[in-house]
Amino acid sequence: MTFFYHFGNYILFLKGMFSKPEKLSVYIDRTITEMNNIGVGSLSIVVIIAVFQGAVTTLQIAYQLISPLIAKPVIGSIVSDSSMLELAPTITCLVLAGKVGSHIASEIGTMRVSEQIDALEVMGINSSGYLALPKIVAGLIMIPMLVIISIFLSNLGGIIAGEASGILTYEEYFQGARESFLPFNLLFSLIKAFTYAFIITSVSAFQGYTTSGGALEVGASSTKAVVYSAVAILFSDYLLAQILL
Amino acid sequence: MIELINVSKSFDGVEVLKNISTKFETGKVNLVIGSSGHGKSVMMKCMVGLLRPTSGNVMYDSRDFTNLEYSQLREVRQEIGMLFQGTALFDSLTVEQNVEFTLKMFTSMTPAERKDRVNFCLEQVEMQGINDKFPAEISGGMKKRVGIARAIALDIKYLFCDEPNSGLDPVTSRVIDELLKSITKEFNITTIINTHDMKTVFDIGDDVIFIYQGKNEWSGKVKDIHSSNNEMLTNFIKASYFY
Repeated sequence: MTFFYHFGNYILFLKGMFSKPEKLSVYIDRTITEMNNIGVGSLSIVVIIAVFQGAVTTLQIAYQLISPLIAKPVIGSIVSDSSMLELAPTITCLVLAGKVGSHIASEIGTMRVSEQIDALEVMGINSSGYLALPKIVAGLIMIPMLVIISIFLSNLGGIIAGEASGILTYEEYFQGARESFLPFNLLFSLIKAFTYAFIITSVSAFQGYTTSGGALEVGASSTKAVVYSAVAILFSDYLLAQILL
Repeated sequence: MIELINVSKSFDGVEVLKNISTKFETGKVNLVIGSSGHGKSVMMKCMVGLLRPTSGNVMYDSRDFTNLEYSQLREVRQEIGMLFQGTALFDSLTVEQNVEFTLKMFTSMTPAERKDRVNFCLEQVEMQGINDKFPAEISGGMKKRVGIARAIALDIKYLFCDEPNSGLDPVTSRVIDELLKSITKEFNITTIINTHDMKTVFDIGDDVIFIYQGKNEWSGKVKDIHSSNNEMLTNFIKASYFY
């Protein structure tokens, strides 16, 4: 019952955001600022994760497929497909749930407990729209971009690891990746990225917005935002795979 | 003028405000006094729309605030300024951006006009020259003044202040009091102040309403407080002289 109560409130929160903006230019400014926070601010962690995830996957696939019957380009095809279908969107977004989600929840939660959200309401501003909508729009724009960067860098990591360890050359890697490439896989990856972006930003904004109490509760909201986002990402990961593959 | 007609508010079946009816006149400093936990803040939140009364009506110059459409509600809210107990300044914005906030959201002023208005408001509260500071970089008293400047940035008709002197030293408290009185008179607005500081009451108050256990226990002119024979009010005032 508690789940349905919170889910209902979450839907009402989302519905409440979509009233006519007080001033569109202010919302656009805020969206650009949030794009910088979410996108540029998360770039370094995404780069590090993507490169290492591609490198490690290459080494592990090579370790498991060591056989004279299996052509080396197969390693490239498995790593590039895994990166596109699962590793880049899901792992990147799980990390972003921690970084971006906790930031959004604690920022809005602090505004709630220090009466700043009440101040917005008294001024006649739709506080949920003003605070959450630019973050959600920014997330929907930037997180898929980060996922595309992650796919590219993951493959780069795979190539570097293959060359450095002497397992396969970059020509073999490319051959495998090219032969197995399906445009739908990229589309599937982007569908995942959009879904996860919406989950991370909206769930975290909701957790922050519904905070009540003090500093302790802001911390609790931040933790809940990360946990709920991660669970929702994994659940939708399964659901999307079931429906679209 | 703001009028409350039989306003009640309950939380989980517990009645915190009980049938409050009163009027707050324009151009006057109206004070709401009472001990902590007796419903002053809840009453103010019901008046500004942060809480919805369980029953009763809040009238802003004959407009029924409790039953307005969203767009009309938004219009009335632009006539309201509020100074929160903890100031509630946006800590990611500078002082100038805080004061400019409503101007940017609701007016079509040019940046130069907005800057002039911000400087005018900061001048009113004697806070010139701190435009680029962030709230974390200024003192509690300065935050209160900036909060007042933000509240009056639009041409407001109603000013609400929740415990404007809490956490301030006696000297700064008197400065804030005088500021609120002068702004009320100069702009001819309806000012409502929640306080339990009796010095504020006698220094700047015009009309007073005493809330006791969620009820309008006594209301009248400040000068009539001492001649009141309401036992609860008398006890409250006596206690305030000791603490």
